[in-house]
Amino acid sequence: MIEANGLTKRYGEKTAVNDLTFTVEPGIVTGFLGPNGAGKSTTMRMIAGLDEPTAGSVRVNSADYRRASAPMAELGILLEAKAVHTSRSAYHHLLALAQTNGVPRARVNEVIDLVGLGEVARKRVGGFSLGMGQRLGIASALLGDPQTVVLDEPINGLDPEGILWVRNLLRGLASEGRTVFVSSHLMSEMALTADHLIVVGGGELIADMSVEQFVAMASTNVVVVRSPQAGELRDLLMGPDVTVTSAEAGLLEVRGLSAESIGDLAFEHHVRLHELAVHQASLEEAFMEMTRDSVEFHAHTTTDREADGLAHATGGTR
Amino acid sequence: MTTTLSRPLTEPQVTPRYPGMKVTQARVINSEWTKFRSLRSTNITLLVSVVLTVGLGALISAVTASHWTTASAADKADFNPIVTSLNGVQISELAVGVLGVLLISGEYATGMIRASLTAVPQRLPVLWGKLGVFSGVVGVTSLISTFVAFFVGQSLLTSQHLGVSITSPDALRMIVGAAAYLVLVGIIGMALGGLVRNTAAGISSLVALLFVIPGLLSLLPNSWSNNIGPYLPSNAGEAFWGHPTGAHLAPLTGFLVLCAYAAVAVAAAAVRLRSRDA
Repeated sequence: MIEANGLTKRYGEKTAVNDLTFTVEPGIVTGFLGPNGAGKSTTMRMIAGLDEPTAGSVRVNSADYRRASAPMAELGILLEAKAVHTSRSAYHHLLALAQTNGVPRARVNEVIDLVGLGEVARKRVGGFSLGMGQRLGIASALLGDPQTVVLDEPINGLDPEGILWVRNLLRGLASEGRTVFVSSHLMSEMALTADHLIVVGGGELIADMSVEQFVAMASTNVVVVRSPQAGELRDLLMGPDVTVTSAEAGLLEVRGLSAESIGDLAFEHHVRLHELAVHQASLEEAFMEMTRDSVEFHAHTTTDREADGLAHATGGTR
Repeated sequence: MTTTLSRPLTEPQVTPRYPGMKVTQARVINSEWTKFRSLRSTNITLLVSVVLTVGLGALISAVTASHWTTASAADKADFNPIVTSLNGVQISELAVGVLGVLLISGEYATGMIRASLTAVPQRLPVLWGKLGVFSGVVGVTSLISTFVAFFVGQSLLTSQHLGVSITSPDALRMIVGAAAYLVLVGIIGMALGGLVRNTAAGISSLVALLFVIPGLLSLLPNSWSNNIGPYLPSNAGEAFWGHPTGAHLAPLTGFLVLCAYAAVAVAAAAVRLRSRDA
Protein backbone atom coordinates (compact mmCIF):
# COMPACT_ATOMS: atom_id res chain seq x y z
CA MET A 1 0.00 0.00 0.00
CA ILE A 2 1.13 3.54 -0.75
CA GLU A 3 -0.41 6.46 1.13
CA ALA A 4 0.31 9.99 0.03
CA ASN A 5 -0.87 12.70 2.35
CA GLY A 6 -0.75 16.31 1.24
CA LEU A 7 2.33 15.47 -0.78
CA THR A 8 3.90 18.63 -2.16
CA LYS A 9 7.17 19.28 -3.98
CA ARG A 10 8.43 22.66 -5.06
CA TYR A 11 11.63 23.33 -6.99
CA GLY A 12 12.27 26.99 -6.35
CA GLU A 13 9.32 28.88 -7.76
CA LYS A 14 7.88 25.94 -9.62
CA THR A 15 5.44 23.60 -7.90
CA ALA A 16 5.87 20.13 -9.40
CA VAL A 17 3.45 18.35 -7.09
CA ASN A 18 0.76 20.16 -5.13
CA ASP A 19 -1.02 18.68 -2.12
CA LEU A 20 -1.54 15.16 -3.46
CA THR A 21 -3.53 12.86 -1.23
CA PHE A 22 -4.29 9.35 -2.42
CA THR A 23 -4.03 5.71 -1.46
CA VAL A 24 -2.79 2.92 -3.70
CA GLU A 25 -4.41 -0.31 -2.57
CA PRO A 26 -2.84 -3.77 -2.70
CA GLY A 27 -4.26 -6.53 -4.90
CA ILE A 28 -5.08 -4.35 -7.86
CA VAL A 29 -3.19 -2.49 -10.56
CA THR A 30 -3.43 1.25 -10.05
CA GLY A 31 -2.65 3.45 -13.02
CA PHE A 32 -1.00 6.82 -12.46
CA LEU A 33 -2.04 8.97 -15.36
CA GLY A 34 -1.22 12.45 -16.41
CA PRO A 35 0.24 14.37 -19.29
CA ASN A 36 4.00 14.87 -19.45
CA GLY A 37 5.06 17.29 -16.75
CA ALA A 38 2.08 16.49 -14.53
CA GLY A 39 4.30 15.48 -11.61
CA LYS A 40 4.15 11.69 -11.96
CA SER A 41 7.89 11.06 -11.88
CA THR A 42 8.41 13.52 -9.04
CA THR A 43 5.73 11.75 -7.02
CA MET A 44 7.41 8.40 -7.65
CA ARG A 45 10.80 9.78 -6.64
CA MET A 46 9.26 10.92 -3.36
CA ILE A 47 7.74 7.47 -2.82
CA ALA A 48 11.24 5.97 -3.19
CA GLY A 49 12.72 8.51 -0.79
CA LEU A 50 14.97 10.02 -3.46
CA ASP A 51 13.33 13.44 -3.19
CA GLU A 52 12.27 14.94 0.09
CA PRO A 53 8.70 16.35 0.02
CA THR A 54 8.46 20.10 0.57
CA ALA A 55 5.31 19.36 2.55
CA GLY A 56 3.20 16.33 3.34
CA SER A 57 4.36 12.75 3.47
CA VAL A 58 4.18 9.42 1.74
CA ARG A 59 4.17 6.00 3.36
CA VAL A 60 5.02 2.68 1.76
CA ASN A 61 3.38 -0.36 3.38
CA SER A 62 2.37 1.93 6.25
CA ALA A 63 5.94 2.89 7.05
CA ASP A 64 8.59 5.45 6.19
CA TYR A 65 10.52 3.83 3.36
CA ARG A 66 13.76 5.57 4.30
CA ARG A 67 13.74 3.69 7.60
CA ALA A 68 12.90 0.25 6.20
CA SER A 69 15.23 -2.49 7.40
CA ALA A 70 14.78 -4.54 4.22
CA PRO A 71 13.92 -1.84 1.67
CA MET A 72 13.95 -4.13 -1.36
CA ALA A 73 11.32 -6.37 0.22
CA GLU A 74 9.09 -3.34 0.76
CA LEU A 75 9.41 -1.53 -2.55
CA GLY A 76 10.72 -2.24 -6.02
CA ILE A 77 10.83 0.71 -8.36
CA LEU A 78 11.56 1.39 -12.00
CA LEU A 79 12.32 5.06 -12.53
CA GLU A 80 11.79 6.74 -15.85
CA ALA A 81 15.31 8.13 -15.98
CA LYS A 82 17.99 5.49 -16.35
CA ALA A 83 19.43 4.28 -13.08
CA VAL A 84 22.23 1.99 -14.14
CA HIS A 85 25.96 2.39 -14.78
CA THR A 86 26.37 1.95 -18.52
CA SER A 87 29.79 0.32 -18.27
CA ARG A 88 28.66 -2.50 -16.00
CA SER A 89 27.04 -5.75 -17.09
CA ALA A 90 23.38 -6.38 -16.30
CA TYR A 91 24.39 -9.30 -14.08
CA HIS A 92 26.80 -7.28 -11.95
CA HIS A 93 24.35 -4.38 -11.75
CA LEU A 94 21.69 -6.67 -10.33
CA LEU A 95 24.18 -8.55 -8.15
CA ALA A 96 25.43 -5.33 -6.54
CA LEU A 97 21.88 -4.25 -5.76
CA ALA A 98 20.92 -7.68 -4.44
CA GLN A 99 23.94 -7.80 -2.13
CA THR A 100 22.97 -4.62 -0.28
CA ASN A 101 19.79 -6.23 1.04
CA GLY A 102 20.98 -9.82 1.34
CA VAL A 103 18.99 -11.09 -1.63
CA PRO A 104 20.45 -14.47 -2.63
CA ARG A 105 22.56 -14.68 -5.78
CA ALA A 106 20.16 -17.29 -7.23
CA ARG A 107 17.44 -14.64 -7.31
CA VAL A 108 19.63 -12.50 -9.60
CA ASN A 109 19.62 -15.24 -12.24
CA GLU A 110 15.93 -15.80 -11.60
CA VAL A 111 14.93 -12.21 -12.44
CA ILE A 112 17.29 -12.17 -15.43
CA ASP A 113 15.41 -15.16 -16.85
CA LEU A 114 12.06 -13.68 -15.85
CA VAL A 115 12.60 -10.55 -17.93
CA GLY A 116 14.24 -12.46 -20.77
CA LEU A 117 17.76 -10.98 -20.60
CA GLY A 118 19.54 -14.33 -20.21
CA GLU A 119 21.61 -14.00 -23.35
CA VAL A 120 22.86 -10.47 -22.75
CA ALA A 121 23.23 -10.53 -18.95
CA ARG A 122 27.03 -10.47 -19.14
CA LYS A 123 27.15 -7.64 -21.68
CA ARG A 124 27.67 -3.97 -20.95
CA VAL A 125 24.37 -2.21 -20.26
CA GLY A 126 25.55 0.72 -22.41
CA GLY A 127 24.90 -1.34 -25.52
CA PHE A 128 21.32 -2.20 -24.56
CA SER A 129 18.33 -1.05 -26.59
CA LEU A 130 15.63 1.02 -24.90
CA GLY A 131 13.47 -2.08 -24.54
CA MET A 132 16.29 -4.13 -22.98
CA GLY A 133 16.98 -1.25 -20.61
CA GLN A 134 13.34 -1.28 -19.52
CA ARG A 135 13.52 -5.03 -18.94
CA LEU A 136 16.64 -4.57 -16.81
CA GLY A 137 14.86 -1.84 -14.85
CA ILE A 138 11.91 -4.14 -14.25
CA ALA A 139 14.32 -6.92 -13.19
CA SER A 140 15.90 -4.64 -10.58
CA ALA A 141 12.45 -3.60 -9.35
CA LEU A 142 11.47 -7.23 -8.81
CA LEU A 143 14.81 -8.33 -7.32
CA GLY A 144 13.76 -8.22 -3.67
CA ASP A 145 10.34 -9.80 -4.34
CA PRO A 146 8.76 -6.56 -3.09
CA GLN A 147 5.33 -6.09 -1.58
CA THR A 148 4.90 -2.83 -3.47
CA VAL A 149 5.94 -2.36 -7.10
CA VAL A 150 6.18 1.11 -8.64
CA LEU A 151 6.94 1.41 -12.35
CA ASP A 152 7.33 4.72 -14.15
CA GLU A 153 6.32 4.41 -17.82
CA PRO A 154 7.36 0.74 -18.05
CA ILE A 155 6.13 0.19 -21.59
CA ASN A 156 8.17 3.01 -23.11
CA GLY A 157 10.39 1.53 -25.78
CA LEU A 158 8.87 -1.95 -25.63
CA ASP A 159 7.61 -3.77 -28.69
CA PRO A 160 4.01 -5.09 -28.78
CA GLU A 161 5.13 -8.43 -27.38
CA GLY A 162 6.93 -6.65 -24.55
CA ILE A 163 3.89 -4.50 -23.80
CA LEU A 164 1.71 -7.60 -23.52
CA TRP A 165 4.32 -9.19 -21.29
CA VAL A 166 4.35 -6.16 -18.94
CA ARG A 167 0.55 -6.13 -18.84
CA ASN A 168 0.43 -9.78 -17.79
CA LEU A 169 3.27 -9.29 -15.34
CA LEU A 170 1.48 -6.40 -13.61
CA ARG A 171 -1.78 -8.35 -13.42
CA GLY A 172 0.10 -11.32 -12.00
CA LEU A 173 1.84 -9.21 -9.35
CA ALA A 174 -1.48 -7.68 -8.30
CA SER A 175 -3.18 -11.07 -8.12
CA GLU A 176 -0.46 -12.15 -5.68
CA GLY A 177 -1.73 -9.41 -3.37
CA ARG A 178 0.97 -6.85 -4.11
CA THR A 179 0.47 -3.14 -4.52
CA VAL A 180 1.11 -2.23 -8.15
CA PHE A 181 1.41 1.42 -9.14
CA VAL A 182 2.16 2.13 -12.80
CA SER A 183 2.46 5.48 -14.48
CA SER A 184 1.66 6.20 -18.07
CA HIS A 185 0.64 9.06 -20.29
CA LEU A 186 -1.33 6.62 -22.45
CA MET A 187 -4.89 6.23 -21.25
CA SER A 188 -5.69 3.42 -23.69
CA GLU A 189 -2.88 1.26 -22.29
CA MET A 190 -3.97 1.92 -18.72
CA ALA A 191 -7.56 0.96 -19.54
CA LEU A 192 -6.31 -2.50 -20.52
CA THR A 193 -4.04 -2.93 -17.52
CA ALA A 194 -5.33 -0.95 -14.58
CA ASP A 195 -8.31 -1.47 -12.29
CA HIS A 196 -8.06 1.88 -10.64
CA LEU A 197 -6.81 5.24 -11.79
CA ILE A 198 -5.17 8.20 -10.15
CA VAL A 199 -5.10 11.09 -12.59
CA VAL A 200 -2.91 14.12 -12.09
CA GLY A 201 -2.50 17.29 -14.06
CA GLY A 202 -0.28 20.24 -13.29
CA GLY A 203 0.85 18.49 -10.12
CA GLU A 204 -2.66 18.26 -8.73
CA LEU A 205 -5.06 15.39 -8.26
CA ILE A 206 -7.77 15.39 -10.90
CA ALA A 207 -9.38 12.00 -10.35
CA ASP A 208 -9.09 8.98 -8.07
CA MET A 209 -11.55 6.35 -9.24
CA SER A 210 -12.06 3.04 -11.01
CA VAL A 211 -11.45 2.85 -14.74
CA GLU A 212 -15.22 2.46 -15.38
CA GLN A 213 -16.08 5.47 -13.27
CA PHE A 214 -13.43 7.47 -15.02
CA VAL A 215 -14.83 6.78 -18.45
CA ALA A 216 -18.42 7.41 -17.36
CA MET A 217 -17.51 10.67 -15.69
CA ALA A 218 -15.22 12.07 -18.30
CA SER A 219 -17.04 11.14 -21.43
CA THR A 220 -19.54 13.76 -22.42
CA ASN A 221 -21.43 12.19 -25.26
CA VAL A 222 -21.34 14.16 -28.43
CA VAL A 223 -24.15 13.99 -30.96
CA VAL A 224 -22.95 14.46 -34.49
CA VAL A 225 -25.59 15.99 -36.76
CA ARG A 226 -25.27 16.45 -40.50
CA SER A 227 -27.83 18.70 -42.11
CA PRO A 228 -28.07 20.89 -45.22
CA GLN A 229 -29.78 23.42 -42.93
CA ALA A 230 -27.09 23.38 -40.30
CA GLY A 231 -27.22 27.09 -39.60
CA GLU A 232 -30.94 26.99 -38.99
CA LEU A 233 -30.66 23.91 -36.79
CA ARG A 234 -27.88 25.48 -34.80
CA ASP A 235 -30.13 28.39 -33.78
CA LEU A 236 -32.89 25.97 -32.80
CA LEU A 237 -30.59 23.89 -30.63
CA MET A 238 -29.00 26.75 -28.72
CA GLY A 239 -29.84 26.76 -25.05
CA PRO A 240 -28.30 27.42 -21.65
CA ASP A 241 -26.64 24.01 -21.24
CA VAL A 242 -26.02 23.25 -24.87
CA THR A 243 -22.90 23.83 -26.90
CA VAL A 244 -22.76 23.43 -30.62
CA THR A 245 -19.52 23.38 -32.53
CA SER A 246 -18.95 22.95 -36.20
CA ALA A 247 -15.88 21.31 -37.64
CA GLU A 248 -17.01 21.63 -41.26
CA ALA A 249 -19.91 23.13 -43.17
CA GLY A 250 -23.13 21.20 -42.66
CA LEU A 251 -21.78 19.24 -39.70
CA LEU A 252 -22.63 20.05 -36.08
CA GLU A 253 -21.28 18.53 -32.89
CA VAL A 254 -23.80 18.96 -30.13
CA ARG A 255 -23.15 18.56 -26.45
CA GLY A 256 -25.88 18.74 -23.83
CA LEU A 257 -28.75 17.34 -25.85
CA SER A 258 -29.72 13.75 -26.54
CA ALA A 259 -30.01 12.41 -30.08
CA GLU A 260 -33.74 11.93 -29.49
CA SER A 261 -34.44 15.55 -28.60
CA ILE A 262 -32.33 16.81 -31.51
CA GLY A 263 -34.24 14.54 -33.89
CA ASP A 264 -37.62 15.62 -32.49
CA LEU A 265 -36.70 19.29 -32.65
CA ALA A 266 -35.56 18.95 -36.25
CA PHE A 267 -38.76 17.12 -37.17
CA GLU A 268 -40.99 19.77 -35.55
CA HIS A 269 -39.21 22.56 -37.44
CA HIS A 270 -38.96 20.70 -40.72
CA VAL A 271 -35.20 20.65 -40.73
CA ARG A 272 -33.72 17.87 -42.87
CA LEU A 273 -31.19 15.62 -41.19
CA HIS A 274 -28.71 13.51 -43.14
CA GLU A 275 -26.97 12.07 -40.15
CA LEU A 276 -27.69 11.80 -36.47
CA ALA A 277 -25.14 9.82 -34.51
CA VAL A 278 -24.08 9.54 -30.88
CA HIS A 279 -20.35 9.54 -30.51
CA GLN A 280 -19.07 7.91 -27.32
CA ALA A 281 -15.82 9.53 -26.26
CA SER A 282 -12.87 7.18 -26.40
CA LEU A 283 -10.70 6.73 -23.34
CA GLU A 284 -7.97 8.83 -24.84
CA GLU A 285 -10.44 11.63 -25.52
CA ALA A 286 -11.85 11.35 -22.03
CA PHE A 287 -8.38 11.63 -20.59
CA MET A 288 -7.50 14.61 -22.74
CA GLU A 289 -10.78 16.26 -21.87
CA MET A 290 -10.10 15.80 -18.18
CA THR A 291 -6.53 17.03 -18.17
CA ARG A 292 -6.97 19.73 -20.78
CA ASP A 293 -6.77 22.60 -18.30
CA SER A 294 -3.59 21.31 -16.78
CA VAL A 295 -1.51 20.44 -19.82
CA GLU A 296 1.69 22.37 -19.58
CA PHE A 297 2.50 22.80 -23.22
CA HIS A 298 -0.43 23.49 -25.49
CA ALA A 299 -0.03 22.76 -29.15
CA HIS A 300 -2.77 25.17 -30.24
CA THR A 301 -3.30 27.76 -27.59
CA THR A 302 -6.26 29.54 -29.15
CA THR A 303 -8.30 26.46 -30.02
CA ASP A 304 -7.66 25.04 -26.59
CA ARG A 305 -8.89 28.21 -25.00
CA GLU A 306 -12.05 28.05 -27.09
CA ALA A 307 -12.52 24.44 -26.14
CA ASP A 308 -12.05 25.30 -22.48
CA GLY A 309 -14.67 27.99 -22.79
CA LEU A 310 -17.08 25.52 -24.27
CA ALA A 311 -16.31 22.94 -21.67
CA HIS A 312 -17.05 25.41 -18.91
CA ALA A 313 -20.26 26.50 -20.63
CA THR A 314 -21.53 22.93 -20.51
CA GLY A 315 -20.82 22.60 -16.84
CA GLY A 316 -17.13 21.91 -17.06
CA THR A 317 -15.15 18.75 -17.17
CA ARG A 318 -14.46 18.43 -13.50
CA MET B 1 -13.32 14.96 -5.60
CA THR B 2 -11.22 12.25 -4.02
CA THR B 3 -12.31 10.36 -0.98
CA THR B 4 -9.47 8.73 0.83
CA LEU B 5 -10.62 6.75 3.79
CA SER B 6 -8.43 7.25 6.77
CA ARG B 7 -7.48 3.91 8.23
CA PRO B 8 -5.50 2.90 11.26
CA LEU B 9 -1.91 2.24 10.28
CA THR B 10 -1.59 -1.05 12.04
CA GLU B 11 -0.31 -3.21 9.19
CA PRO B 12 2.92 -4.92 10.07
CA GLN B 13 6.02 -4.49 7.96
CA VAL B 14 6.27 -6.99 5.16
CA THR B 15 7.90 -10.30 5.80
CA PRO B 16 10.67 -10.66 3.24
CA ARG B 17 10.59 -13.76 1.07
CA TYR B 18 14.29 -14.34 1.63
CA PRO B 19 15.14 -15.05 5.24
CA GLY B 20 17.58 -12.61 6.80
CA MET B 21 16.94 -9.97 4.16
CA LYS B 22 18.10 -6.71 5.65
CA VAL B 23 20.53 -3.91 4.84
CA THR B 24 23.75 -4.19 6.82
CA GLN B 25 26.97 -2.20 6.50
CA ALA B 26 28.92 -5.37 5.70
CA ARG B 27 26.53 -6.19 2.85
CA VAL B 28 26.76 -2.70 1.43
CA ILE B 29 30.58 -2.97 1.50
CA ASN B 30 30.30 -6.28 -0.33
CA SER B 31 28.01 -4.62 -2.89
CA GLU B 32 30.43 -1.73 -3.36
CA TRP B 33 33.22 -4.24 -3.92
CA THR B 34 31.12 -5.87 -6.66
CA LYS B 35 30.56 -2.44 -8.21
CA PHE B 36 34.26 -1.58 -7.98
CA ARG B 37 35.58 -4.74 -9.59
CA SER B 38 32.92 -4.92 -12.31
CA LEU B 39 33.92 -1.64 -13.99
CA ARG B 40 36.78 -1.76 -16.44
CA SER B 41 37.50 1.96 -15.96
CA THR B 42 38.22 1.59 -12.22
CA ASN B 43 40.58 -1.31 -12.86
CA ILE B 44 42.42 0.57 -15.58
CA THR B 45 42.76 3.73 -13.48
CA LEU B 46 44.09 1.66 -10.60
CA LEU B 47 46.61 -0.01 -12.90
CA VAL B 48 47.68 3.39 -14.24
CA SER B 49 48.39 4.56 -10.70
CA VAL B 50 50.59 1.52 -10.06
CA VAL B 51 52.48 1.98 -13.33
CA LEU B 52 53.05 5.67 -12.55
CA THR B 53 54.24 5.03 -8.99
CA VAL B 54 56.66 2.26 -9.96
CA GLY B 55 57.58 3.42 -13.47
CA LEU B 56 58.24 7.07 -12.72
CA GLY B 57 60.13 6.14 -9.54
CA ALA B 58 62.35 3.82 -11.59
CA LEU B 59 62.81 6.41 -14.34
CA ILE B 60 63.79 9.17 -11.93
CA SER B 61 66.14 6.80 -10.09
CA ALA B 62 67.81 5.67 -13.33
CA VAL B 63 68.24 9.21 -14.63
CA THR B 64 69.63 10.36 -11.29
CA ALA B 65 72.13 7.51 -11.24
CA SER B 66 73.30 8.05 -14.80
CA HIS B 67 73.80 11.79 -14.30
CA TRP B 68 75.28 11.53 -10.85
CA THR B 69 78.88 12.18 -11.89
CA THR B 70 77.90 15.45 -13.58
CA ALA B 71 75.33 16.57 -10.97
CA SER B 72 75.83 19.91 -9.23
CA ALA B 73 76.79 20.12 -5.59
CA ALA B 74 73.38 21.57 -4.77
CA ASP B 75 71.60 18.66 -6.46
CA LYS B 76 73.79 16.24 -4.57
CA ALA B 77 73.00 17.99 -1.29
CA ASP B 78 69.25 17.77 -1.95
CA PHE B 79 69.43 14.14 -2.98
CA ASN B 80 67.56 11.58 -0.93
CA PRO B 81 67.56 8.05 -2.35
CA ILE B 82 64.19 7.09 -0.78
CA VAL B 83 62.38 10.22 -2.00
CA THR B 84 63.90 9.70 -5.46
CA SER B 85 62.48 6.19 -5.72
CA LEU B 86 59.05 7.28 -4.40
CA ASN B 87 58.70 10.45 -6.47
CA GLY B 88 56.23 8.73 -8.81
CA VAL B 89 53.46 9.35 -6.25
CA GLN B 90 53.57 13.05 -7.14
CA ILE B 91 51.92 12.06 -10.42
CA SER B 92 50.15 8.84 -9.53
CA GLU B 93 48.23 10.76 -6.87
CA LEU B 94 46.30 12.26 -9.75
CA ALA B 95 45.24 8.82 -11.03
CA VAL B 96 44.19 7.77 -7.54
CA GLY B 97 42.36 11.05 -6.99
CA VAL B 98 40.49 10.69 -10.29
CA LEU B 99 39.56 7.16 -9.28
CA GLY B 100 38.12 8.56 -6.06
CA VAL B 101 36.15 11.26 -7.87
CA LEU B 102 34.78 8.74 -10.40
CA LEU B 103 33.65 6.36 -7.69
CA ILE B 104 30.82 8.74 -6.79
CA SER B 105 30.51 11.15 -9.73
CA GLY B 106 30.24 8.17 -12.10
CA GLU B 107 27.06 7.11 -10.31
CA TYR B 108 25.56 10.56 -10.68
CA ALA B 109 26.57 10.80 -14.33
CA THR B 110 24.90 7.50 -15.25
CA GLY B 111 21.96 7.68 -12.84
CA MET B 112 23.19 4.58 -10.97
CA ILE B 113 23.02 6.61 -7.76
CA ARG B 114 19.21 6.45 -7.90
CA ALA B 115 19.33 2.65 -7.91
CA SER B 116 21.96 2.62 -5.15
CA LEU B 117 20.00 4.96 -2.89
CA THR B 118 16.67 3.25 -3.53
CA ALA B 119 18.19 -0.06 -2.46
CA VAL B 120 19.76 1.62 0.58
CA PRO B 121 17.46 4.54 1.38
CA GLN B 122 19.35 5.28 4.60
CA ARG B 123 22.01 6.52 2.15
CA LEU B 124 25.03 6.91 4.46
CA PRO B 125 25.94 3.19 4.40
CA VAL B 126 26.58 3.64 0.65
CA LEU B 127 29.15 6.35 1.36
CA TRP B 128 30.81 4.34 4.12
CA GLY B 129 30.79 1.29 1.83
CA LYS B 130 32.57 3.20 -0.92
CA LEU B 131 35.02 4.65 1.58
CA GLY B 132 35.80 1.19 2.96
CA VAL B 133 36.26 -0.52 -0.41
CA PHE B 134 38.27 2.37 -1.82
CA SER B 135 40.59 2.60 1.21
CA GLY B 136 41.09 -1.15 1.24
CA VAL B 137 41.76 -1.63 -2.45
CA VAL B 138 43.82 1.51 -2.98
CA GLY B 139 45.62 0.97 0.33
CA VAL B 140 46.79 -2.53 -0.58
CA THR B 141 47.64 -1.63 -4.17
CA SER B 142 49.53 1.52 -3.19
CA LEU B 143 51.44 -0.26 -0.46
CA ILE B 144 52.58 -2.88 -2.96
CA SER B 145 53.52 -0.27 -5.54
CA THR B 146 55.44 1.96 -3.13
CA PHE B 147 57.42 -1.03 -1.82
CA VAL B 148 58.16 -2.16 -5.37
CA ALA B 149 59.08 1.41 -6.34
CA PHE B 150 61.48 1.57 -3.39
CA PHE B 151 63.27 -1.68 -4.21
CA VAL B 152 63.42 -1.02 -7.96
CA GLY B 153 64.64 2.52 -7.35
CA GLN B 154 67.32 1.47 -4.87
CA SER B 155 68.63 -1.26 -7.16
CA LEU B 156 68.99 1.30 -9.96
CA LEU B 157 70.73 3.76 -7.65
CA THR B 158 73.11 1.06 -6.43
CA SER B 159 75.09 1.32 -9.69
CA GLN B 160 76.44 4.61 -8.27
CA HIS B 161 76.46 3.22 -4.72
CA LEU B 162 73.63 5.61 -3.86
CA GLY B 163 71.02 3.04 -2.88
CA VAL B 164 69.99 2.40 0.68
CA SER B 165 68.46 -0.66 2.32
CA ILE B 166 64.96 -1.06 3.72
CA THR B 167 66.42 -0.96 7.22
CA SER B 168 67.80 2.53 6.77
CA PRO B 169 66.28 5.22 8.97
CA ASP B 170 62.91 6.58 7.77
CA ALA B 171 62.67 4.09 4.86
CA LEU B 172 59.60 2.27 6.18
CA ARG B 173 57.97 5.49 7.36
CA MET B 174 58.35 7.02 3.91
CA ILE B 175 57.24 3.93 1.96
CA VAL B 176 54.13 3.40 4.10
CA GLY B 177 53.62 7.17 4.22
CA ALA B 178 53.60 7.40 0.42
CA ALA B 179 50.90 4.70 0.25
CA ALA B 180 48.88 6.46 2.96
CA TYR B 181 49.26 9.73 1.07
CA LEU B 182 47.75 8.16 -2.05
CA VAL B 183 44.82 6.76 -0.06
CA LEU B 184 44.10 10.11 1.60
CA VAL B 185 44.28 12.01 -1.71
CA GLY B 186 41.87 9.44 -3.18
CA ILE B 187 39.46 9.87 -0.27
CA ILE B 188 39.54 13.64 -0.74
CA GLY B 189 38.81 13.05 -4.44
CA MET B 190 35.91 10.77 -3.54
CA ALA B 191 34.44 13.36 -1.20
CA LEU B 192 34.82 16.06 -3.87
CA GLY B 193 32.98 13.79 -6.31
CA GLY B 194 30.14 13.49 -3.81
CA LEU B 195 30.08 17.22 -3.16
CA VAL B 196 29.99 18.42 -6.78
CA ARG B 197 28.27 15.29 -8.23
CA ASN B 198 30.04 15.85 -11.52
CA THR B 199 33.19 14.20 -12.88
CA ALA B 200 34.72 17.19 -14.64
CA ALA B 201 34.07 19.56 -11.76
CA GLY B 202 35.33 16.98 -9.23
CA ILE B 203 38.61 16.38 -11.08
CA SER B 204 39.10 20.13 -11.63
CA SER B 205 38.69 20.92 -7.95
CA LEU B 206 41.08 18.12 -7.04
CA VAL B 207 43.72 19.40 -9.48
CA ALA B 208 43.22 22.91 -8.11
CA LEU B 209 43.71 21.69 -4.56
CA LEU B 210 46.84 19.63 -5.29
CA PHE B 211 48.60 21.56 -8.05
CA VAL B 212 47.13 24.99 -8.69
CA ILE B 213 46.79 26.41 -5.18
CA PRO B 214 50.42 25.57 -4.22
CA GLY B 215 51.52 27.43 -7.37
CA LEU B 216 49.37 30.44 -6.57
CA LEU B 217 50.63 30.52 -3.02
CA SER B 218 54.19 31.06 -4.24
CA LEU B 219 53.01 34.37 -5.70
CA LEU B 220 52.10 35.67 -2.24
CA PRO B 221 54.63 37.44 0.00
CA ASN B 222 57.01 35.02 1.69
CA SER B 223 55.68 35.82 5.15
CA TRP B 224 52.29 34.53 4.02
CA SER B 225 53.33 31.56 1.95
CA ASN B 226 55.77 30.37 4.62
CA ASN B 227 52.95 30.25 7.17
CA ILE B 228 50.23 28.77 4.99
CA GLY B 229 52.36 26.60 2.71
CA PRO B 230 53.12 23.72 5.09
CA TYR B 231 49.41 23.23 5.70
CA LEU B 232 48.47 22.71 2.05
CA PRO B 233 47.43 19.08 1.37
CA SER B 234 50.35 18.29 -0.93
CA ASN B 235 52.91 19.79 1.45
CA ALA B 236 51.35 18.16 4.51
CA GLY B 237 51.68 14.90 2.59
CA GLU B 238 55.33 15.49 1.73
CA ALA B 239 55.96 16.02 5.42
CA PHE B 240 55.22 12.36 6.11
CA TRP B 241 56.19 10.57 2.93
CA GLY B 242 59.10 12.77 1.89
CA HIS B 243 62.35 13.81 3.51
CA PRO B 244 61.40 16.38 6.15
CA THR B 245 62.97 19.78 5.65
CA GLY B 246 62.64 22.97 7.67
CA ALA B 247 59.81 24.07 5.38
CA HIS B 248 57.64 21.08 6.27
CA LEU B 249 55.57 20.08 9.27
CA ALA B 250 56.77 17.18 11.40
CA PRO B 251 55.80 13.82 9.79
CA LEU B 252 53.08 12.99 12.31
CA THR B 253 51.66 16.53 12.23
CA GLY B 254 51.60 16.44 8.43
CA PHE B 255 49.77 13.12 8.51
CA LEU B 256 47.18 14.44 10.96
CA VAL B 257 46.66 17.60 8.91
CA LEU B 258 45.98 15.59 5.75
CA CYS B 259 43.68 13.26 7.71
CA ALA B 260 41.79 16.35 8.88
CA TYR B 261 41.37 17.52 5.28
CA ALA B 262 39.99 14.11 4.32
CA ALA B 263 37.69 13.97 7.36
CA VAL B 264 36.22 17.42 6.71
CA ALA B 265 35.68 16.62 3.01
CA VAL B 266 34.01 13.29 3.80
CA ALA B 267 31.82 14.87 6.47
CA ALA B 268 30.68 17.54 4.01
CA ALA B 269 29.95 14.87 1.40
CA ALA B 270 27.96 12.88 3.98
CA VAL B 271 25.86 15.90 4.93
CA ARG B 272 25.16 16.63 1.28
CA LEU B 273 24.28 13.03 0.48
CA ARG B 274 21.95 12.86 3.43
CA SER B 275 20.16 16.17 3.00
CA ARG B 276 19.92 16.76 -0.75
CA ASP B 277 17.57 15.17 -3.25
CA ALA B 278 19.33 12.48 -5.23
